[in-house]
Amino acid sequence: MALSFDLSSSGGYSSRERRRGFSLAIPALIWLVLFFILPVCIVFVVSFLTRGQRGALVLPLTLEHYERILGPVFRPVLFDSLWIAFLTTIICLVLGYPLAFFISTRKSKQMQNVALFLVILPFWTNFLVRTYAWQIILGAEGTINGMLTGLGLISEPLALINTDFAVLLGLVYGFLPFMVLPIFASVERFEFRLVEAAYDLGANDLRTFLRVVLPLTLPGVIAGCILVFIPAIGSFITPDLLGGTQGIMIGNLITGQFRGSGNWPLGSAASIVMMIVVILGLVVYSRIGRRAS
Amino acid sequence: MATRSMAIHIDEGRIRRDLTVRKAGKIGMILEPLFAYFFLWAPIIVLVIFSFNDSRSVATWRGFTLRWYGNILSGAVGAEARFSTELMLSALGTSLVVALIATLIATVIGTAVSMSLVRGNYPAKSLVDGLLLLPVVIPEITQAVSLLLFFSAIFDFVGTTTGVRISPGIGTVIIGHVVFNISYVAIVVRARLADMNPHLEEAASDLGANPWRTFWRVTFPLILPGIISGALLAFTLSLDDFVVTFFNSGPGTTTLPVYVYGLIKLSVSPEINALSTLMLLASTVLIGISMALQGRNAGRG
Repeated sequence: MALSFDLSSSGGYSSRERRRGFSLAIPALIWLVLFFILPVCIVFVVSFLTRGQRGALVLPLTLEHYERILGPVFRPVLFDSLWIAFLTTIICLVLGYPLAFFISTRKSKQMQNVALFLVILPFWTNFLVRTYAWQIILGAEGTINGMLTGLGLISEPLALINTDFAVLLGLVYGFLPFMVLPIFASVERFEFRLVEAAYDLGANDLRTFLRVVLPLTLPGVIAGCILVFIPAIGSFITPDLLGGTQGIMIGNLITGQFRGSGNWPLGSAASIVMMIVVILGLVVYSRIGRRAS
Repeated sequence: MATRSMAIHIDEGRIRRDLTVRKAGKIGMILEPLFAYFFLWAPIIVLVIFSFNDSRSVATWRGFTLRWYGNILSGAVGAEARFSTELMLSALGTSLVVALIATLIATVIGTAVSMSLVRGNYPAKSLVDGLLLLPVVIPEITQAVSLLLFFSAIFDFVGTTTGVRISPGIGTVIIGHVVFNISYVAIVVRARLADMNPHLEEAASDLGANPWRTFWRVTFPLILPGIISGALLAFTLSLDDFVVTFFNSGPGTTTLPVYVYGLIKLSVSPEINALSTLMLLASTVLIGISMALQGRNAGRG
């Protein structure tokens, strides 16, 4: 084995090596097909089954669960989740875009690393811990209410937690680094001399931004939006800890169906609907991205 | 500047407007990031400060104490015995075991598939590529729920055919973590492989090294920093994971995030503050290592 070598391989790869190239993908293929694709297919099948006695999954096939998801009880939750995920993405973009520019325009490499570190550290902090931090800040006996009461500004605690607002805040907080990092990567590659060129050609700041800076950093923006929107729409911890009964999202709905004596087919149908929404969103985003480039 | 000012006196109003916009923009470009930093850090700072507060309250400061750290490290005493050091340490142990095994498996599989995608040339390549992306773009909750259904179907089947009852546990959690970790390792290692000069491998094979030897003597040392970054990312993701673990761990297995979630639900606040601060410290060390490694890479490249 150690002595065998292929003379034809000089200057390129032999056909044997090409086959070897495929064999290296086999473990990943097996793992992902077995533990990802197949389970998703099972969810798809279960979403059409009927819930029998004590939660058993039985025939006949039915569209009942999809009707319920799109019906008057669950549809508002679905639309709310979409709306909150959309708002989260927009707010992260508005906050994150200038921040990415700020980081990449620091003069020394050292300052840039510090600026980057200050974004990455919260990102590496456990998500539960970060969400919990907002719980103690926003709580009825939390930090903000404590401060305002201490200053004599309010007598009754403000209802900050267990609202849609708290969920939105928690989501923006949780996913802001997902927006900043890809934009930073594309701003770093951006040639700032192009801005000077645009000025020299008579463009003002706004025009320069819209016609030069934005299009060239758009790949980062799109990647950031995808990375924020997807976990936001499927989030479970944030609405669970900050939303109470007011701020329920589709993630909580799905979770509820799979804990205790839930309705598995209904939860499966909700998962499939969410996945379709995400995939549709990805298709739209990538269309926009392709047109822009 | 001089050449630009030649065109300037055509429309003074427009210039004035542009300058105002620029001034506002400049101020905004400083203020806005400062606000973003404040937003990112304020909750963490509040958490750390109140982990030293001599009161169960998170509303007002009552003086400095290390009581909560004492409680989590040496076992709680008296009325405050809602926190069990033993359970915490066992959860931490489970987390580390899960993260280590999942990282090891995912790093090997992820590196192999990266090699296959960057160096190989076969018809199904784009399919493998797309498949690798899926765990990153499909919401985690979908992954968690589908694995739950999958395992319960398998275990039911095994139970009815052989009579052996299997229940989810540490194994099912590791399998789930490996799924998303493969993708993240592959993303990082691929980037490193793509940067590498492929002629070095050709030179090795021209000199008579077989593919196996070429990989270990040439490719592997060059992409090692990428593999380590990928493994560190996988390790962190695995340590942090809540959703996949929550659905697939079964009643007997508790990881640190699942344990913390239980505490939050019970609202054992000061101890969670102290525990969170310690976890924050651990992340800081991990990220320090990772950045130092990347700094060395950049220096070398």
